[in-house]
Amino acid sequence: MELVTTVVSKAGAKKSTVKWKFKMTPMRWVFTGIAAAAIAVILVRFVLGLGATTNLNDQWPWGLWISFDVLLGVALAGGGYGTALIVYVLRRDKFYPIARSAMLTSLLGYIVVVLGLLIEVGQWFNFWRPYVSWGHASVLFEVFWCISCYTVIQILEFCEVGTEKVFKGAHKYLKKAMPVMLIIGITLPTLHQSSLGQLFYLMVGKVNPLWWTAFLPVFFLLSSFFVGAGMIVIESSLAGKALNHKVEIPVLRGLVKISAGAMILYLMLKITDMVVRGTFANAFAFDLPSIMFLSELTFGVIIPIIIAFSSLSSTRKGLIWFGILTVSGVIMNRFDVLFTGMGKYLNQYGGSYVPAVSEFIVSLGLVSIACLAYLFLAENFNILGNHESEHADDIEIKDGKYASTAK
Amino acid sequence: MAKGVLVDIPKCIGCESCSVACKLWNELEWDEQEKNKTAIDRAKEPNNGLWPEEWTSINRYDLEKDSESVARYVKTQCMHCEDPACVSSCFSKAFQKLPEGPVIYDQSLCVGCRYCMMACPFDVLRYEWKKAIPGVRKCQMCATRVANNQETACTSVCPTGAIIFGDREELLAEAKKRIKENGYVDRVFGEKEAGGTSWLYISDTPFEQMRFRTDITSKPLPSYTEGYMKATPFVGVGWAAILAGLYVYNNKGKEPLD
Repeated sequence: MELVTTVVSKAGAKKSTVKWKFKMTPMRWVFTGIAAAAIAVILVRFVLGLGATTNLNDQWPWGLWISFDVLLGVALAGGGYGTALIVYVLRRDKFYPIARSAMLTSLLGYIVVVLGLLIEVGQWFNFWRPYVSWGHASVLFEVFWCISCYTVIQILEFCEVGTEKVFKGAHKYLKKAMPVMLIIGITLPTLHQSSLGQLFYLMVGKVNPLWWTAFLPVFFLLSSFFVGAGMIVIESSLAGKALNHKVEIPVLRGLVKISAGAMILYLMLKITDMVVRGTFANAFAFDLPSIMFLSELTFGVIIPIIIAFSSLSSTRKGLIWFGILTVSGVIMNRFDVLFTGMGKYLNQYGGSYVPAVSEFIVSLGLVSIACLAYLFLAENFNILGNHESEHADDIEIKDGKYASTAK
Repeated sequence: MAKGVLVDIPKCIGCESCSVACKLWNELEWDEQEKNKTAIDRAKEPNNGLWPEEWTSINRYDLEKDSESVARYVKTQCMHCEDPACVSSCFSKAFQKLPEGPVIYDQSLCVGCRYCMMACPFDVLRYEWKKAIPGVRKCQMCATRVANNQETACTSVCPTGAIIFGDREELLAEAKKRIKENGYVDRVFGEKEAGGTSWLYISDTPFEQMRFRTDITSKPLPSYTEGYMKATPFVGVGWAAILAGLYVYNNKGKEPLD
């Protein structure tokens, strides 16, 4: 842990000195290494094209990057809008301590999604076309507008936090704009989370009936909402270790219960959907799709509900299990819709797709970049709790490492 | 009036003049590896013999008919749907359905998301995976020829009349007449499939034995997402209004959060 390198930069070096720090730990070196490898692959992708760096083909035009970086990235970043809704709109102030970190995770998640998309599309330099050439019949049109606008909104929301430390003059204006940004910043993700599911509704007859349903948008929306608590639990336990900061159990437990409430609704809708469309036979056929479908629901939804509403969720261990299971369930779900759900159709005449090593490297690299950015921002801005980082700064000053402080 | 092409499968002798005409008119490159392939090879490929530079391909199926073995050649290319999924799936309007029938693609508008390829009900779109700046490739139904009252390149060279170009409505009537006269399978593939296509196929051997997607929906695919997209702006505005109301109500008389 003590591979300490401290970076000090003097921005606006007149009277007030702003200091930045970033301690390199072994884990952070690992992240940096993966990120560097990913950047190398990304450069090759831009020079030589998608064929050289991926195993995508005409049967499988969408693969790991779409499912992991985009479908999953957006879903797992769902903790941001959910928390904003609970804390700022519904004013459940109890959860305020996790609000900033959840929203920062969400912001970084979306930046990864946007970067991932730029790498994944064939003509990345044309990314702006849908702003002027409106293909408004396309569900993707909506996803594109909402994701890009929401990313901008999230950056502005973070600026409200950032201006506590730098460019302080802008802080009061941003603070005034916060209510509007929050409301837009909840509306947009509600729309595109559901639309990501609706994308697959156009692929009539190609997706396994276990996943292909008119409820797709509702399922995608609800799961992005309930995975938020799982992500916050995991993130707070990881960040807790890395940054020496723990979120109180009652706060996490409260969130987990809200999330489990959404899970119950999700489960009931799943069952209703199966009854309406008569897919029980498919669900219990015990072939690959059926096993994936059942384990997705059992481990990702039913067991987490039991944990949430039993005494298990009063311990950190129980909470972490809730987080791991919920997040794994949503990961499985997003992969299932594309790979398990479409595999039979897309492979029917001998097609095949296994992601290339380079595809994995890029996906892991983007996550590593997000982790490094999170650690840097959480250490340098007031993210994890009321003026915790300022407090940490004071300690550093006593150590005599810095001549002056931001205060 | 919208144009179309009628493919009378039993009439095709597999000479592949149509493929050559397509290459010449559209100036598609000749690929070494394609030169040695036979129509039987292509019928077994996941790609159906369609590649970025092969917009049409002749596939041969050896089938049983009346306890006799027969060979049937099927010409594959874009079906040119009446209400195409690719057009509706494209978020930057790179695809267009022309009133004369052809569904055309403009690479300068394309972002390269490949949603069209996922959405296409006949899986005919191909991507230039090997290029650094790739586009989607498919049959354009000789849109410039059709606009000038000429027929498509492929039909213009067919020596047996297996593919004929004309008004879609007239071709449909002709197809039904031929089905009756020749005792074909009682189905015009393309009349209703995916809401109808400009290309129509008739056959004396079962379509499902020749890789036709016979279980396909007869509803136009865009109709599956149309209502959702129309409702979205209203849902968005309504939801934002509800949130704003809740925000004001819940924040009344409270200190704002940091």
